[in-house]
Amino acid sequence: MSSNVIPVPVGQTEARPWVDELHQWLTTVDHKRLGILYIASALLFLMIGGVEALIIRIQLMHSHNNFVSPEVFNRMFTMHGTTMIFFVAMPVLFGFANYLVPLMIGARDMAFPRLNAFSFWLSFLGGLLLYFSFLGGSGLYGAGNAPDVGWWSYAPLGARAFSPGHSSDYWTLALLVSGFGSIGTAINIIATILCLRCPGMKLNRMPLLVWMNLVMAGMVLLAITPLSAAQIMLLIDRYLGGHFFDTQAGGSAVLWMHFFWIFGHPEVYILIIPCFAFMSEIIPVFSRKPIFGYPVMVAATVCIAFVSMSVWAHHMFTIGMNSYANSFFTLTTMAVGVPTGIKIFNWIGTIWGGRIQFKTAMLFSIGFLFQFLIAGLTGIMMAASPFDWQLSLSYFVVAHFHYVIVGGILFALFGAFYYWYPKMTGRMLGERLGKWHFWLFLIGFHLTFDVMHIPGILGMPRRIYTYESGRGWDTLNFIISIGAFIQALAILVFVANLVISYFKGARAGNDPWDAWTLEWSISSPPPAYNFATVPTVASRRPLWDLKHPEDPDSRYE
Amino acid sequence: MSATTAPFPNAAENWDLPSRGKVAMACLIIAESAIFTIFVVAYLFYLGKSTPGPTPSQVLETPIFYTICLLSSSLTIHLAAKFLARGIIFAFLGLWLLTIALGGLFLFGTAMEWHRLIYEHGLTISTNLFGTTYYSLVGLHAFHVTAGLIMLAIVAVFGRAGRVGMKQSYHIEVLAMYWHFVDAVWIVVFTVVYVLGR
Amino acid sequence: MLARRTKSNLCRGWQIALLVFWSVSALRAAEADATPGHGTNIFSPASTPAKSIFDLSVFVLAITGIIFLVVFGLLLYSVVRFRGRAADGGREPAQVYGSMQIELAWTIIPILIVVVLFLATARVIHAVQDAPEPAGALDVIAIGHQYWWEFRYPKLGIVTANELHIPVSDHDHPTPTFLQLLSVDTDHSFWVPELAGKTDLIPNHPNRLWMDPQRTGIFLGQCAQYCGVQHAKMLLRVSVDGPEDFASWVHAQQKPAAEDAGAIAGRRVFERNACMNCHAVGGTSADGRFGPDLTHLMSRATIAAGAAENTHDNLRLWIQNPSAIKPGSLMPAMKLSDADLDAVVNYMETLH
Repeated sequence: MSSNVIPVPVGQTEARPWVDELHQWLTTVDHKRLGILYIASALLFLMIGGVEALIIRIQLMHSHNNFVSPEVFNRMFTMHGTTMIFFVAMPVLFGFANYLVPLMIGARDMAFPRLNAFSFWLSFLGGLLLYFSFLGGSGLYGAGNAPDVGWWSYAPLGARAFSPGHSSDYWTLALLVSGFGSIGTAINIIATILCLRCPGMKLNRMPLLVWMNLVMAGMVLLAITPLSAAQIMLLIDRYLGGHFFDTQAGGSAVLWMHFFWIFGHPEVYILIIPCFAFMSEIIPVFSRKPIFGYPVMVAATVCIAFVSMSVWAHHMFTIGMNSYANSFFTLTTMAVGVPTGIKIFNWIGTIWGGRIQFKTAMLFSIGFLFQFLIAGLTGIMMAASPFDWQLSLSYFVVAHFHYVIVGGILFALFGAFYYWYPKMTGRMLGERLGKWHFWLFLIGFHLTFDVMHIPGILGMPRRIYTYESGRGWDTLNFIISIGAFIQALAILVFVANLVISYFKGARAGNDPWDAWTLEWSISSPPPAYNFATVPTVASRRPLWDLKHPEDPDSRYE
Repeated sequence: MSATTAPFPNAAENWDLPSRGKVAMACLIIAESAIFTIFVVAYLFYLGKSTPGPTPSQVLETPIFYTICLLSSSLTIHLAAKFLARGIIFAFLGLWLLTIALGGLFLFGTAMEWHRLIYEHGLTISTNLFGTTYYSLVGLHAFHVTAGLIMLAIVAVFGRAGRVGMKQSYHIEVLAMYWHFVDAVWIVVFTVVYVLGR
Repeated sequence: MLARRTKSNLCRGWQIALLVFWSVSALRAAEADATPGHGTNIFSPASTPAKSIFDLSVFVLAITGIIFLVVFGLLLYSVVRFRGRAADGGREPAQVYGSMQIELAWTIIPILIVVVLFLATARVIHAVQDAPEPAGALDVIAIGHQYWWEFRYPKLGIVTANELHIPVSDHDHPTPTFLQLLSVDTDHSFWVPELAGKTDLIPNHPNRLWMDPQRTGIFLGQCAQYCGVQHAKMLLRVSVDGPEDFASWVHAQQKPAAEDAGAIAGRRVFERNACMNCHAVGGTSADGRFGPDLTHLMSRATIAAGAAENTHDNLRLWIQNPSAIKPGSLMPAMKLSDADLDAVVNYMETLH
C-alpha cells in the first residue's frame, strides 16, 4: 500500500529533521512521491543535457571554430542525445504516469509499489552510470571519457576495435539497467490500469490519459526489449569474442541497425503518446468541452501503436535496402500519419465551439498543436524515401526530430507542469512568469528549429564538429545558436517559477481549473492514501456529473 | 472538499477486474518473448553464413531426452499447483521437487552438450557466427531456466518449512506461468536450432 | 484582459508571419554566403537521380504545404474565434462529444492523400534504385576509410583518393557513372547533394549508387554517416569533366609515378621510413593500401580528404603533424628531421 507517512501540508511545518525527511523520500513506495522523484531527476538531467546542447551550439556558431576539440564534441552529441531520450524524456513521462494514473482511476497506489520504487532507482542509477563514464570511461590510461559513438552506437563503430576502453560500455550498461527499470514501470502501469480501476470505471470510461499510458506501457514491453537484446549481443561481442556485429567475421552491421530501430522508432511513439495524453486532458478543460471523439482517439492511439511497429526502417532508407523494402517502409510510414493526423483534428474539434481560456497550460498546448503539425509534415516529407535520400543524416532530420521532441513533447510537458503542479504542491505556478517562459521559449524554439531545416537542405550533415565556410551554413548556424541561448533563458525562468511558486504561489485548492477527472476531487496535494473512500463513477467525466447533476455525461455516453 | 464521487445507482453491479499477479506475469512474458525473438532472429539470419568452423549439422545432436525432461516439468508443475489449490500439500511438494529435478536435469544436459561442443568440436562463442548465436540463444534460455529453478527452490524451502498452503495458491500459479513460458521458449529454440537449423 | 487575449493571438499571427518572411530571407542570404558553383543544395540538382528526387520533393512539398495551410488555418481560426469572453458569464459551451461523419471524412481524405503520395514515391524509388546500367557507363569502386575515400576504376586501372573525376553525361548519349560502395572499417555515407541522394558505405554490405551529371564543374559533398572522430573532415570533391578533359585525366592517372632525378633524396626518405607501409606510389615498390594512393598526388586540389588545400606548406605540416590539420586522423606524425621532411615534400610535389 502507500507509504505510512502522511505528508505534512504546506504551510503547517513542524520542525522536522531533514535527515528524516530525506529518508522518507529515499525509501518511499508512494506513487506520488516516486512520480515527483522521477520528475525531479529528469529536470536535473535536462539541465545537464541542455548544457551539452549549448556546448554543441557554441562550437557550431561559425565554421572552423575550435571551442572544443572533435573528441569532446563527439562526446557532447552522444551524451546529449542519450541523456535527453533516456534520462529526461522517459523518466519525466513515467513520473507523470506514476503520479496521475492511480489518481485518475480512483486507486490508492500503483499495483506494485515496491516494484515502482525499484524501477525508479534502477532508472536513476542508469543515469549516474552514464555520467560516471566521464570519470571511468577509458579504462586504459586512468583518465576517463564519455561515450562518443552517437546515441545509436552503430556497428561496427561500437565494437572493441573502434571503441576501445570502457566508454561505450557505460553507454550500454546505463541503458540496459534503466531499460529494465522501464520494463518494471510498464508492467506496473498495465497491472494498475487493468486491475485497480474503481467501480464503474469501465475501459471506455477511463480518462484518455489513462488509455494512452496503457498503450505506451504495452509498447515499452515490446520496444525496449529489442534494445536490451541488442545490447546484450554487443556486450557479448565486446567481452566474449562474439561476432554478432563483427563485419570482419561475416557479421552484419545492418542487423544492429534493424535491432536498434525496431526499438528506436516505437520509442519515439512511447515518448509522444503520453504527451498526446496531456493534450487530451488539458485542451478539453481550457476549451470547456469534452474531448471530441473519445472512441476515435482511443482507436487512433491503438492504431498508432501497432502501425509504428512496422515503420522502423525509415531510419535506414540510405543503407541500401532494395526498392521493395524501401517502398514498404515508405507506405507504412506515410500510413502512420493518418491516425496521428486524426488526433490533431480531434483536438481542433475540441477547441471548436468552446470558450478558450488562455492560461499558460493552454498556451503551451496550442503551441504543441501548431508545432506537432509541422513536425508531422516534415516527417511525411522524409517518409518519401527518395526525398529522404537527401534529407536523412542532415540537419533537416535533426530539425525534424527536435521539432517533435522540443516543439511537441517538451511543450506538452510544460503544459502538464502548469496544469498539475497545483495538484502536486497545492500552489499555483505564477501565470506572469509562465507567460514569460512561454513567449521566450517560443521565440527561441522557432529561431533555432525553423532555421535549422535550411542547412539540411543546403547539404549540411549531422554529427560534424565543424564545417566548411562557403557552403552557406555560417549565418544560419549562428542564428540557430542564438535561439538555443534564448531557450536556455526560458528554461531558467521556468525553474525560477517552479521554485518561487512553491513558496509564494497562490493556494490551489482541490480544483483550480474546474476540471472533470478524479484527481481534482481530492485535496492538493492529495493525502497519502489518495481517496478516503474508493469512488464510483458512471461516466467519463465524474466531476462534470457532480457539478452538473441536471445534465450529466452519463446520460449521453 | 474531501470528496469522493457520490455513488450512482447501477454503478457497479459486478466489478470484477483481473488480478494483478497474473497480469504482471503476462506482461513480463510478453517482454521476455520480445528479447528471445531478437536472439532467434539473429540465429536464423546467420544460419549458413559462418565462414570458418563447425556448422550445426556437423556438431549438433538433438537433445530429445532432456527436452522431454523439461517439457514434463511443465506437467508436473501444473499438477503441483492443482494439488496445492486443493490443499494436498504432500502431493504438491512432491511434484514441486520433481519439477526442480527435471529442470535441473535439463540444465545438466545443456552443460554436457556444451562440454562436448567445446572440448570435442572446438566450438566456442567466439569461433564463428554459429558459435556466437548458438551459445547466446541457448545460454539465454538456460539463464532463464536457472532463474526459474532458483525461484522454485526458494518455494521448496518455504514448502518444507510448512509455510506454503492454499492461501499461496495464487502466487504459485503466477510462478508456474513463468515456468510454462520457459518451456514454451524451449520449444521455439529447439525447433529453430535443432530442427530448422540443421 | 480581453484586449490582452486578442493581442496574444494577433501577436502570434505576426510572429509567425515574421518568422516565415525571415526564414526565406535567411535562405536567400545563405545562398549568397555560398561560393557560387560550389553549392551543396539539394534543390539544385545537376544529375538525373538528384533531379528525380527534386521533382518528387516539389510534389510532396506542395501536398504537405496545402495540408499545413488548411490545418493551420483551422487551428488559428478556432483559437481566435472561440476565445472565452467576459460576456460569457462562466456558462459552459455546448458539450459536443463527437461526430462520426466528420471522423470518417478526416480519415478517408488522409488515406487518399497517402495513397497518392505513395504511388508517386514508389515510381521514383524504382526509377532510381532499379535503373539498369547501360553499356557506356563508367564503373567506379568507392571504398570508405576512416577518414578518406578510395576510388578505383577497375576497367581503367586507376587508383586514386578523395577527388573523383567522372565524365559529363547527356541524355542522348548517356555516360553515367555507377559507383560500387564498400567500406574497410565503419559505416560511411557518400553524399554529393547536387548529384544524387546519399547511399551508405557499410562493411560487408556492398551498395550501389549512380549519377549522370548533366553539366561540368566541381561538385562538393562529404561523408554523412558518423564514422568516428574526423567524420566532419571526410570531404568529397567530384570533378565532372567534359569528354576531352576526362580522357586526358584518365590518361595521366594511368601512367606510373613521374620520375624526377631531383627528388631521389626524398624518394629514399619515403622508402626508408614507414611511408610505404600505408601508401602506394605506382611504379615503385611502395604498395601500401591503408592510406591514400599518392601516385598522382599533385593532380588533387586538396589533401587529407579536403581538410586542407594542396599547398607546399599544408603538405609539409600534414606530414610533420597531421593532428594540426585533422586531429584524430589515422596518419601518425612521422617525426622526420627538417632535412628529411623537406626532401620528402619535394618528392611528393613531383608526383603529378
